[in-house]
Amino acid sequence: MRNLKTAVMMTIVLTILTGLVYPLVIAGIAQALFPLQANGSLIERNGQVVGSSLIGQDFSGPAYFHSRPSAAGDKGYDASASGGSNLGPTNKTLIEAVKSRLKDVLEENPGITASQVPIDIVTSSGSGLDPEISLAAAQIQIARVARARGLSEDRVRDLVEQATRGRWGGILGEPGVNVLQLNIALDNIAPIPQKSGVKTANAAGS
Amino acid sequence: MLSNAILQVGLFIGLVTVISVPLGLYMARVFADQGTFLDPVLKPVERAVYRLCGVDPEVEMEWPQYAIAMLLFSLVGMLALYGFERLQQLLPLNPQHLGPLAPDLAFNTAASFTTNTNWQAYAGETTMSYLTQMMGLAYHNFVSAATGIAVAIAVIRGFVRRTSRTIGNFWVDLTRAILWVLMPLCVVLALLLVWQGVPQNFNPYVHAKTLEGGIQVIAEGPVASQEIIKELGTNGGGFFNANSAHPYENPTPLTDLIELVAIFAIGAALTHTFGRMAGDWRQGAALYVVMTILFLAGASTAIWAEQHGNPNFTKMGISQTATATQSGGNMEGKEVRFGIVDSALWATVTTDTSCGAVNSMHDSYTPLGGFIPLLNMQIGEIIFGGVGSGLFGMLVMAVLSVFIAGLMVGRTPEYLGKKIEAREMKLAMLYVLIFPAVILLPAGIAIVTKAGLAGITNPGPHGFSQVLYAFSEAGANNGSAFAGLNANTPFYNWTLASSMLLGRFMMMIPALAMAGSLAGKKAVPPSAGTFPTNGSAFVILLIGVILIVAALTFFPADALGPIVEHFAMLNGKLY
Repeated sequence: MRNLKTAVMMTIVLTILTGLVYPLVIAGIAQALFPLQANGSLIERNGQVVGSSLIGQDFSGPAYFHSRPSAAGDKGYDASASGGSNLGPTNKTLIEAVKSRLKDVLEENPGITASQVPIDIVTSSGSGLDPEISLAAAQIQIARVARARGLSEDRVRDLVEQATRGRWGGILGEPGVNVLQLNIALDNIAPIPQKSGVKTANAAGS
Repeated sequence: MLSNAILQVGLFIGLVTVISVPLGLYMARVFADQGTFLDPVLKPVERAVYRLCGVDPEVEMEWPQYAIAMLLFSLVGMLALYGFERLQQLLPLNPQHLGPLAPDLAFNTAASFTTNTNWQAYAGETTMSYLTQMMGLAYHNFVSAATGIAVAIAVIRGFVRRTSRTIGNFWVDLTRAILWVLMPLCVVLALLLVWQGVPQNFNPYVHAKTLEGGIQVIAEGPVASQEIIKELGTNGGGFFNANSAHPYENPTPLTDLIELVAIFAIGAALTHTFGRMAGDWRQGAALYVVMTILFLAGASTAIWAEQHGNPNFTKMGISQTATATQSGGNMEGKEVRFGIVDSALWATVTTDTSCGAVNSMHDSYTPLGGFIPLLNMQIGEIIFGGVGSGLFGMLVMAVLSVFIAGLMVGRTPEYLGKKIEAREMKLAMLYVLIFPAVILLPAGIAIVTKAGLAGITNPGPHGFSQVLYAFSEAGANNGSAFAGLNANTPFYNWTLASSMLLGRFMMMIPALAMAGSLAGKKAVPPSAGTFPTNGSAFVILLIGVILIVAALTFFPADALGPIVEHFAMLNGKLY
């Protein structure tokens, strides 16, 4: 009986300590030292939040670099319903999906062959919110984006390089290109001609 | 590619090794109350906790009392979490107005977090309020880890004490594990994570207007504080559905490394705590070497299999070869920033331990790549293992090994100078047998019942793997998943919860009983016939025993899942 009383009291005391004091202290310090990161690394344009530099977005128009396929939510890139496809390696659904994505990539990017298409741009990520694509996946889209924006390929290639993150310390992880930041940089130097802008606005949505 | 893989794995295990020694020796001081540099800050807090809770820290417990205190504490905590889940709509810090959980899901989750499993049959961002995450779930991340550490320390005392009736005071071990070990590390590491981009706020979900004019709702929350204890305590329950694959939980390759090291740190350090308490550092180092060898074997196999990719994609002409501009390999379910190496490394680390956090979706791994996590769990989470539970699990295997060595030479086996006799062997066998029972029996039931089969989402042998994986993780208290399995049904919620509870407590009790029995024995001085348990012969024997026990128990089942699927994939067979 005495044990039970101790167990109840321990639960209460430790709940307050680990469940309330600890996260509030971390939040207080985090908000003071790193307010941008602590609030989700949000990006604002003209006073409007357009996304987070850490969270991937869906892009379908030809003038934007496209993100990886996404299984988050019903339409993909739902940042309130993260997750992967969880399709197994011998599942017909997966193999068919990859086949059809490959077809789309080849159609959207004329002149590109299947052997140039990296695996990441035709497979969905674990989170469904991958903010990055591989360098190879960006390279196969340069010609298309340059044409749609009336920019030189070299100019677009420069922007891709600026949005590329190398391995951490030259060792950790894999390099990647942040798609949202790259597309914002594109919008800044060469806004999309109005017509195609309207078209893509209709095609988007989540 | 290969050189980078070796560099990354080498850097990781090197860091773990460097950190584990001082941390292990520090823990030995903490649990012997020999004074540490944090005492001036923490001693007053500790005294306040004991006063409030009516604990006399001077009184030690015999093993049954220790077990009862542990069980009562776990029961009360489980009920509290159940309460938070069922009543969250009435409580504060719920900006998304999330409703109560269904009873079966609430029970499953309460069992899951109490047992350090952190299996999640729900998606965090659409189910749990911030308050439930903090006071319900993160609380259990701390206390279930601390409970594991406490029991491990008690078991070590059983091995090293002589003619003692008691093995420590549960409340004291629990409190010290939280205040001196988990909390200080969490505060420092949580802030490092925020610096790298992990959020820590209480804001409502953000509505962003995307570049193409859509609306993206972005889930927020106090993520960093929960993320780090989830790794450090080998809990694994993600704040978000995608767990550590989510860019908010694990935004950069650096956070990935920090989190990976945190998963191994305490389990690795406890081997040195054991060595120090046993008065012979080589006793602990031997266990550390065994764990490291098994880890390296698993990690290299998983990385190789995933880098090799899926031949079905190769047929389409897609490039899966690693180059300077892409990672190559099987990228379904993996993040670009982690690529193949960090993903497969994580899958190995999270299942060597009982963590179960994922940074990629195991369900989409190649058959052999997914076999490694499955096998790691079936080995019993003793490769560094769950914090605490990994060490006492490994000690049971060590007892089994010296017993087998004793049989070979016809001599009474000894471990750390204690004679291993019938009672200890019976308890060790109980420990070894309960484990497959709570995995294979319910998995067998699931694949012959309609309710069980209904959860399968990948057809063919992979579907069987999904079910086998689910019960393996539950019995092993891991919590990772072949997450396609539709497990939020009454059938899976109740059966998996039972496996988790039995796999936790029905294995802790024999371990504590063995400790109690050993503590009472006299130590016999080593003689010429004593099999040394701190050298390479013991390391090899122990690895052999671990692999043989796992293979004999689980190979028939595994052959029907990942192994069949591997050959099917090579032959281009789809389901």
